[in-house]
Amino acid sequence: MKVVVSSKGGTLDSEVDPRFGRARRFLLVDTETGDVRVVDNTQDLEALQGAGIQAAQTVAALEPDCVLTGHCGPKAFAVLSAAGVRVVVGAEGTVRDAIEQLERGHLKPAGGADVEGHWV
Amino acid sequence: MGLDRNLSVAVASGKGGTGKTTISTCLALIAGRPVRLLDCDVEEPNCHLFLKPRIEHTESVGLLVPVVDEDRCTGCGECSRFCEYNAMAVVRDKVLVFSELCHGCGGCTLACPEGAISEVERPIGTLERGRSGDVEFVQGRLEVGEVLAPPVIAAVKRHAADGGLTIIDAPPGTSCPVIEAVRGAGFVVLVTEPTPFGLSDLRLAVEMVRVMGLRTGVVINRSDIGDDGVRVYCAEEGIPVLAEIPNDRRVAEAYSRGHLPTEDVPGYRARMDALLAAIEESAG
Amino acid sequence: MRELVVISGKGGTGKTSVVASFAALAEGAVLADCDVDAADLHLLLAPQVEHRETFSGGRVASIRSEACTGCGRCLEHCRFGAVLVGGNEGKTCRVDPIACDGCGVCALVCDEGAVRLNDRINGEWFVSATRHGPMVHARLGIAESNSGKLVTLVRRKAREIAESQGRGLVLIDGPPGIGCPVIASIAGTSLVVVVTEPTLSGIHDLKRVVDLAAHFGIPGAVLVNKHDLNPDLTGSIEAFCRERGLPVLGRIPYDLAVTRAQLAGRAVVEADRGPAAEGIRRGWEQTERQLGLERA
Repeated sequence: MKVVVSSKGGTLDSEVDPRFGRARRFLLVDTETGDVRVVDNTQDLEALQGAGIQAAQTVAALEPDCVLTGHCGPKAFAVLSAAGVRVVVGAEGTVRDAIEQLERGHLKPAGGADVEGHWV
Repeated sequence: MGLDRNLSVAVASGKGGTGKTTISTCLALIAGRPVRLLDCDVEEPNCHLFLKPRIEHTESVGLLVPVVDEDRCTGCGECSRFCEYNAMAVVRDKVLVFSELCHGCGGCTLACPEGAISEVERPIGTLERGRSGDVEFVQGRLEVGEVLAPPVIAAVKRHAADGGLTIIDAPPGTSCPVIEAVRGAGFVVLVTEPTPFGLSDLRLAVEMVRVMGLRTGVVINRSDIGDDGVRVYCAEEGIPVLAEIPNDRRVAEAYSRGHLPTEDVPGYRARMDALLAAIEESAG
Repeated sequence: MRELVVISGKGGTGKTSVVASFAALAEGAVLADCDVDAADLHLLLAPQVEHRETFSGGRVASIRSEACTGCGRCLEHCRFGAVLVGGNEGKTCRVDPIACDGCGVCALVCDEGAVRLNDRINGEWFVSATRHGPMVHARLGIAESNSGKLVTLVRRKAREIAESQGRGLVLIDGPPGIGCPVIASIAGTSLVVVVTEPTLSGIHDLKRVVDLAAHFGIPGAVLVNKHDLNPDLTGSIEAFCRERGLPVLGRIPYDLAVTRAQLAGRAVVEADRGPAAEGIRRGWEQTERQLGLERA
């Protein structure tokens, strides 16, 4: 399974970045091979509105099966859903921990955004 | 003095709360000839509280936002690539429009190679027109939660009088909404107070007016509460001080009740007459 | 870590004076001056700038006159009134950078490739040290736009400092109005404190700004400044707050000490022990309570 996790750092031991749209980075992880690819997201840290939209487009282009993050706003959710990418919220701890939680079934795909759109 | 001359006077400030609305509304009321008052502080319009106009006409102010014809759309992504405001996303050949981010530039309709994009109006505010005595009144009001004040201000400005006197109540500050309000004015009155905040914000407002190539003069309100900084600055910069109005608790109390000091405070009317004369003289 | 923002709706109600005093009373908050358009907090806090950077938000078009044929397509399509007939006896077009929104339509429609779209430098932001804690502030360039984006940046930097220094509070001085920069100042904060005054304008603007906070789901509270200017209206404000379930944090009387403190470059609570200083202190105590920051 290919999972994208919003992350503060560049490795599996980095902490999950709780906010999808303004995450520092995205890690594309292939859970079968263990491959990790780091995708930078700093352009969206300062975007006024639409950070989530850009981030979602960046992530959708990686064609993951799902996105694992802390919180996801409505615009990002709309884009990811349109791209057929499942959104899983509530991820905590390290990237490694979060993926494990997902594989164990402790985290489930969300039916919608779990937070209001933010500017910050 | 030229009572029939065409003149648009914008009343602005850097700092909020210096007395713009009081002064702009008083000037309109004492002008003694047909005058149009435009309330361009569309985020917090207050002139109506004092003018108490009879509103005769209300209309919605809208922004043109894109609508995509899905039958024609090929999902090429040109619209999304073009948009500077992230208002369009293309995923899996589907276009998602985030119209609340749209600035209404119309570029996506031009960028689309299939002609699949048309526009609809999205309401962002209202425009009201009315009158009070000899004063024609136009007010814009931005819908709470909307971000773009300038299009609503531009809508108000389109109703400036064809001739005669127009007075514009501008918002506080020096950025986009104020620029839109004062642009093209024949004269800008900057209302300030003689304090460090007043001076700091006045400097910014003067720079703005200069960058825009507009004529300006200063009114020092509550002129006896602070220091000489503003006076010294104006003298150094060659900016005319059109009036100095001393602090008067009666003015503040009248204002708090929605009364203009020209009604309640003796001598204030004469000050406004003198100010209007000074403006007309400085406007050249 | 909590973020407290002080706004007013109407300008001139005393936001910045209150924020400076709150900064003095908070003991170690990170300060953020988000009134990037007409910043004044620095006049009371004497910041020592430690870091400064330029800020770029949005783009601006310019026309190379040597490539321009004067066809006017840019003029026809610009919706911001930013294209003017310019030099060469009106034979070429030029862009008014003040009116330009950076949308790129002129560049799109130009067949000669005469239009350049460049990043704007809209202003500068600073990280400074003050006697009451670190302060992030900014200066938007004259006649520049994208103030909302600069506000977002100031807030982000303030949060980063708070996190890295283990400070529990970011105290934000917000801009007047209800538009773009105000929304950017309040989004995601823990509490919006509205400083209002008992005037019809003040109440009118208070209602709009309370609606704005509610629209974004942020808890609000109200501080009535110059309350003795019109006791009836102060009563109306408090009734409105009860109706809307907004805590009234306190009342501050009209007091020339506020202006005297400003002239001296100090916060009111540093310069004076009179009625306004007392009102602000009590207002701060209630604010701490609302934020859950009370001392034991």
